[in-house]
Amino acid sequence: MTAVDGNAMAGDLRELFAVDVTTAVATCAGCGEPCVVARLRVWGPAPGLVARCPSCDGVVLRLVRGPERAWLDLRGAVSLQVPMPPRDAPATP
Amino acid sequence: MARTAVPGRLSWRVATVEAARRETPSARTLVLRVPQWPGHLPGQHVDVRLTAPDGYSAQRSYSIASAWRDDGLVELTVQRVEDGEVSSYLIDDLEVGRPLELRGPVGGWFVWRAAPPPVLLVAGGSGVVPLMAMIRARGDVRGRQPFRLIYSVRTPQDALYAAELARRVRDDPGLDVHFVYTRKTPDGWPEPPGRLTVATLNTHGWPPDFAPDVFVCGPTAFVEAAADILVALGHDPGKVRTERFGGIS
Repeated sequence: MTAVDGNAMAGDLRELFAVDVTTAVATCAGCGEPCVVARLRVWGPAPGLVARCPSCDGVVLRLVRGPERAWLDLRGAVSLQVPMPPRDAPATP
Repeated sequence: MARTAVPGRLSWRVATVEAARRETPSARTLVLRVPQWPGHLPGQHVDVRLTAPDGYSAQRSYSIASAWRDDGLVELTVQRVEDGEVSSYLIDDLEVGRPLELRGPVGGWFVWRAAPPPVLLVAGGSGVVPLMAMIRARGDVRGRQPFRLIYSVRTPQDALYAAELARRVRDDPGLDVHFVYTRKTPDGWPEPPGRLTVATLNTHGWPPDFAPDVFVCGPTAFVEAAADILVALGHDPGKVRTERFGGIS
């Protein structure tokens, strides 16, 4: 299986989160490098995805989608910095 | 377009195939009508799910080829993958009028948001699909950003949207397209067939000084080669956005 990238996780992550996590910046717990989730190297095949840091190859995120539940393992990420609309912005129609 | 920002988790929808057209011997565009489609941005994709009567199901991601026109329609161009169970069904078997389960739009990173800088699009094979959505979106709003597409295909017969690209180069001001042929060139082509090189990106791309927004999409090996060349030429890695779809071209 060839690697794809974090873009390919967008659908599975949007099933779990109300925001698009692929635009978030994950800081790798292994090497400390920040990386946009869309840029992570992702190995599949679905329903089990492993996303690795492009700098050190450490596992940043793992996502498994079962028929009735999903497992999300984020122990390889120190933090996720998620772009949000301004707090006082009016609701988007 | 702002409506793509509607929050909430994503769920599957049932689209209907409204029309279909053959793009090349190995690619087909499906025009889908999707109920309550919130609109999409150029570069986004959808996940498609097929489920067999025995419950076996297979899921794939496909880039959206069309620009959003507020008409409830979404176009996907599907390229045949050798032994691909999903692509062969979508190309050979799925008839107009039939349902198709999908969810989306998803992916907010590999997206062109009409901005002033010039744009360089680099496509390997069917990696042109999301880039075509960007070209179409720019055409719809009569955008003036200079756009250059470098499009690598095996042979002239493999080029998706060839007629539309030729028309847009004529009619859309500031759009240029350069083809790279890796296996067979058209008659009279000035170069032998070959892969994308430093010289191609240097000659037909933008100088790094112009700080273009760069989008590269294609098979993983193609994307990595192209991105490495762009960075070596001096482009800011942060401005080179990539989307890999694995496999081989």
